[in-house]
Amino acid sequence: MKLTELIKLIDGVVLTKGVNLNCEVLGGCGADLMSDVLAYSQPDAVLLTGLCTMQVVRTAMMADVAAIIFVRDKQPNDDIVQLANREKIPLISTVHGMFEVCGRLHCAGLQSLEHAYDEG
Amino acid sequence: MENSEESVRKDRVITDGAANLISRVEELAYELTIGEVMSRNVKTIAPGTKMGDVMETFRHARISGAPVVSNGDLIGIVSLEDLIRALRESNIQAPVGEYMTRQVMTVKAASPLIEALKVFDQRHIGRLPVVDENNKLAGIITKGDITSGVMRSLQYDYQEEEVRKYRARHLFEDIISDRTSLTLRYKVKHGEFALGGNASSHIKKALLRLGASPQIARRCGIAIYEAEMNIIIHATRGGNIRIEIEPNQILMETLDDGPGIADIALAMTPGYSTAPDSIRELGFGAGMGLKNIHRCVDDMYLDSTPGRGTRLEMRINMQSQEQLGDTTHKS
Repeated sequence: MKLTELIKLIDGVVLTKGVNLNCEVLGGCGADLMSDVLAYSQPDAVLLTGLCTMQVVRTAMMADVAAIIFVRDKQPNDDIVQLANREKIPLISTVHGMFEVCGRLHCAGLQSLEHAYDEG
Repeated sequence: MENSEESVRKDRVITDGAANLISRVEELAYELTIGEVMSRNVKTIAPGTKMGDVMETFRHARISGAPVVSNGDLIGIVSLEDLIRALRESNIQAPVGEYMTRQVMTVKAASPLIEALKVFDQRHIGRLPVVDENNKLAGIITKGDITSGVMRSLQYDYQEEEVRKYRARHLFEDIISDRTSLTLRYKVKHGEFALGGNASSHIKKALLRLGASPQIARRCGIAIYEAEMNIIIHATRGGNIRIEIEPNQILMETLDDGPGIADIALAMTPGYSTAPDSIRELGFGAGMGLKNIHRCVDDMYLDSTPGRGTRLEMRINMQSQEQLGDTTHKS
């Protein structure tokens, strides 16, 4: 799914400037715990999160996240947006909640890019 | 000239809504000027030239239109369509002045490329004469010029990064020793949450430049990020990160003289954490860090003495096809 198409589906507002939105998104991953993102997400997923700190962008850089979506209208501060601009990671906010956003994207055919929990 | 270009850049106003939807290519449409992508060696035609001769000029120069210039001033433009009209009316002996289009749209060389794109979009024309600040003909721009100009710029962006990568990749090749390694060191302060992940992102970028595969760089990045966060959260006197990169392995080490870990086996248990709620609000401290590191690296060694500090050693081995540096010339 194109990121631009995804943004429309969730009534998203783009917060970054000059970051490419024409990329292909392979799937999604939702978490507020950044260690879970680092552990269970696969590369090129959009990250849905209610957490709104610098660590979300850093985590995205480490885990090769394609774009970050802040649910429930969370608004990151300027430092966070600047970092994302520099690192070319799109930031999007939506007024909808986590469940609603996951549901809309899943119904539209976006697959899960979360590994299931394993003991290893 | 430079001043006027600059003023144009400052003057352009983009609404927030529009700015949000700008991709890199669109961005270039605002960054590049028409003067930077236009063709400069323009074939011009004098108004007295016969349409038959225009046809020959077009054929030889392989163009489909040209500005008509009299005493240095742009007075019109003649295109294939005008030529076809002359041919249909069997009037190719007529001067260009009879068939050319007189009201010519022009664009300024100092304007951003987007201005030319807008005109092409609205007017369905193939080419636009470009004028300088004195309204003299400076060049001509076609949609093809725009495409190749944007492609050149994109390629330049790409090449810059490629050159850096190329240099870094050859580091291991150019220095002869029995065993070459590159050491990166970073200091990490306790409690500096806003900077959490800063060192890790530099490490990940360095590895990619050195030719590490995205998978290897991601594994190292995740492991060292968790370890960096551990220092920020727990190591009350801060700590150090040391990365030793060799063509066939990456050794990552964090060292601190903080409170230490009382029970290492318990600390490794998923879900066990001593981090306060303030850390959990940052999305960490849920007792997953060490487990995560363990998952990402090939070997992990944790040594800690309560009251003395903690040393964490992580190693990632690279298979022969993943080795850093350009190994293609090695026997």
